[in-house]
Amino acid sequence: MFEQLTEKIETVFRGLTSRGRLSEDNIKGALKEVRRALLSADVNFKVTKEFIARVQERAVGRDVLESITPGQQFIKIIHDELVDLLGGLAPNIELPHKTPTNIMLVGLQGSGKTTSAGKLARFFAKRQFKPILVACDIHRPAAARQLEIVANNAGYPSIMFEEGEKPSEVARRAQFEARQFGCDLAIHDTAGRLHIDRDMMAEARELYDEINPDLVLLVLDAMTGQEAVSVGEAFTSELGVDGFLLTKLDGDARGGAALSLRQVTGKPVLFVGVGEKLDALERFHPDRMAGRILGMGDVVTLVEKAEQTFDEKRAKELEKKLRKQTFDFNDFRDQLKQLKNMGPIDDILAMIPGMKKSMLKGIQVDDGATKRIEAIINSMTPSERAKPGSIDGSRRKRIARGSGTSVQEVNRLLKQFFEMQKMFKKMGRIKKFAMPPGFGL
Amino acid sequence: MALDKLKKALGKTRSILNTRVEDLFVPGKTLEEEDLELLEEALIVADVGVEATENIIEHLKVAAREQKIPPGGPLAILETEIRKMVDEYEDPAPWRPTEKPHVILLVGVNGTGKTTTAGKLAKYINDKGGKSLLAASDTFRAAANEQLAIWSERSGADIVRSVDGADPASVAFDAVSKAISGGYDAVIVDTAGRLHTKVNLMEELKKIARVCGKKLPGAPHDIFLVLDATTGNNGINQARLFEEVIGITGIILTKLDSTAKGGIALAIMRELNIPVRLVGVGEKIDDLIEFDSASFAAGLFED
Ligand SMILES: Nc1nc2c(ncn2[C@@H]2O[C@H](COP(=O)(O)OP(=O)(O)OP(=O)(O)O)[C@@H](O)[C@H]2O)c(=O)[nH]1
Ligand SMILES: Nc1nc2c(ncn2[C@@H]2O[C@H](COP(=O)(O)OP(=O)(O)OP(=O)(O)O)[C@@H](O)[C@H]2O)c(=O)[nH]1
Ligand SMILES: [Mg+2]
Ligand SMILES: [Mg+2]
Repeated sequence: MFEQLTEKIETVFRGLTSRGRLSEDNIKGALKEVRRALLSADVNFKVTKEFIARVQERAVGRDVLESITPGQQFIKIIHDELVDLLGGLAPNIELPHKTPTNIMLVGLQGSGKTTSAGKLARFFAKRQFKPILVACDIHRPAAARQLEIVANNAGYPSIMFEEGEKPSEVARRAQFEARQFGCDLAIHDTAGRLHIDRDMMAEARELYDEINPDLVLLVLDAMTGQEAVSVGEAFTSELGVDGFLLTKLDGDARGGAALSLRQVTGKPVLFVGVGEKLDALERFHPDRMAGRILGMGDVVTLVEKAEQTFDEKRAKELEKKLRKQTFDFNDFRDQLKQLKNMGPIDDILAMIPGMKKSMLKGIQVDDGATKRIEAIINSMTPSERAKPGSIDGSRRKRIARGSGTSVQEVNRLLKQFFEMQKMFKKMGRIKKFAMPPGFGL
Repeated sequence: MALDKLKKALGKTRSILNTRVEDLFVPGKTLEEEDLELLEEALIVADVGVEATENIIEHLKVAAREQKIPPGGPLAILETEIRKMVDEYEDPAPWRPTEKPHVILLVGVNGTGKTTTAGKLAKYINDKGGKSLLAASDTFRAAANEQLAIWSERSGADIVRSVDGADPASVAFDAVSKAISGGYDAVIVDTAGRLHTKVNLMEELKKIARVCGKKLPGAPHDIFLVLDATTGNNGINQARLFEEVIGITGIILTKLDSTAKGGIALAIMRELNIPVRLVGVGEKIDDLIEFDSASFAAGLFED
């Protein structure tokens, strides 16, 4: 998508030489492309309109720098503006220490509240809190049981509701039971509700009034369309939402809701959910989000994720190799060793800019199968590892025997490997124009 | 009755567009440039998606130029189009007693309403005189199994339960076997939510489908993508990839009782030719209704 946007914008500006000037006339076509990109990312219609007007105002009359093309400069303006509107620097999350401090999670049905309750417990446990999860969802079948399992898996206690208890009553009980557990952070999971459902909103308000929460988070699915705005507005005005947690960003949703929410409520996006597991929660980074909304892919996160497991030098090396397309089986094996900590390979690949999901077809590294793959690679000679193209039929047989696997498995691995190489090649090409100077990396 | 429910569900208030769009549906009205802009806004706001919106507008422009706007106004074009797509399928019934048992797989991204819909669908089939069996093939999500068990009680349908971490395909296999030997008319397989971008999880889905077919040739007879009506442009990616990997026979559009219009379903119907079969309009067991193209098309613009 971003390669498309960049390309389109470059085309639009083709006539304009550098040292020209951005004018209302010559940015018109480019703005149209940006508008389209924002709407495809599910940025709200009105918010998009405002954004375009704002950018136009900023861009018109600017001199084009000699070092870059007008297209690049234009995109830089868009990008910076977007980062700015998304909240500039990521805000700090400071919670007071009380007995207990209260967090309340609200949102539409199925957005990810219960799962996020467990993730947030983890997050704050690392910041000197002792969390306890409180089941205030008395509506959804097995909701309390789900929360209990989430709490158990994360290693924290939980408080269930008792027959006939209202959410506000569970929460009231939790205020002193938390102390009995030695906990000082009560995370309240509530039922999913539509913002137009009066009774359910009143129920949530009653809970709010009972505990007077220190942090109210609206949990919103990143795939949400145009309605994100009315959802955000309603929850914020009726339940005093302090910030947003945007879930399911591990997919290919462009997450335009982040911009819409921020614009219409003035509240920040604080967290993003990037998976179903407990550790799949990250702080919100406006610059990454801006790139994502424009369709640039999330290179920053990719590199960071690599850095968490590799040391920095190796991460840089890997990145360089990915870009130079010199990735071989030695690297592949190195990477496999780290894979368990990094998460599924398709997750990693999906963060690479220009990566299309269809390119990922046929490439599949099952976490459970990594042992066999490692065995196969170990049975290759060093020169085979460096030059996988040299592995012919008889070598394949030998490798299969040596690793205790089958020729089919060796074939499959090689096929996947070449597929991956091809993909990196494509990526490398895209990179050249996808990253104008001055962009993050 | 069902129609009223959908109408009620769709009849939410939205302020901005109200009367202006309605004017467009006055018979004999000519289409001006600003009408088209208005319509574009209405379509985008209804989540029809950028691409489909552009196509529709282009389509209308041509129709207007050739003076082919039907008596019902531009809306009629959309409605006819949607209806055509629904009618193209010989037998759009979500459950067909001719298949015994009729195996239905419910798939989709996380949290769209698969498990809830499984419960509703079991009731829907039972109400039509069938005997349905639920299969708890989501062995991953915490308490998914317990959740479906409650829906089994509510619907009166039997269930093949599973344990956490069990192989979802083998649960489906057991369910199909049980359905054959126990004389069930339908098997509804609830699967774990998965993002369409996760290759491994999509492969797992393929395996579930394959294993059903092994036990009963022709199964699964239907694979329904459960789509949340609040979804924006991403819905088209979801449908495209699920279609590519396992093939989708229909959409179940949930949460249409919200203010969302579910317009992305229109884009999916247009681009991928996959019809919407059923619509979820609430969290209760009877909140599942058959798709009606006319009220859906009208609902897109209703305020
Ligand atoms: N891929 C992905 N899945 C997520 C994420 N967060 C939550 N989920 C999944 O989304 C689904 C719904 O999550 P829940 O936590 O049950 O959502 P909820 O908001 O509590 O749902 P209700 O209580 O029914 O309103 C589950 O399948 C979760 O595993 C995320 O960041 N990424
Ligand atoms: N308002 C409304 N809520 C619905 C509808 N269908 C499902 N829900 C709610 O959406 C939430 C998620 O539903 P589930 O059935 O658990 O969704 P799922 O797709 O099985 O979720 P995962 O298995 O976690 O992927 C629950 O709170 C349901 O009550 C509907 O048509 N309208
Ligand atoms: Mg929940
Ligand atoms: Mg489920």
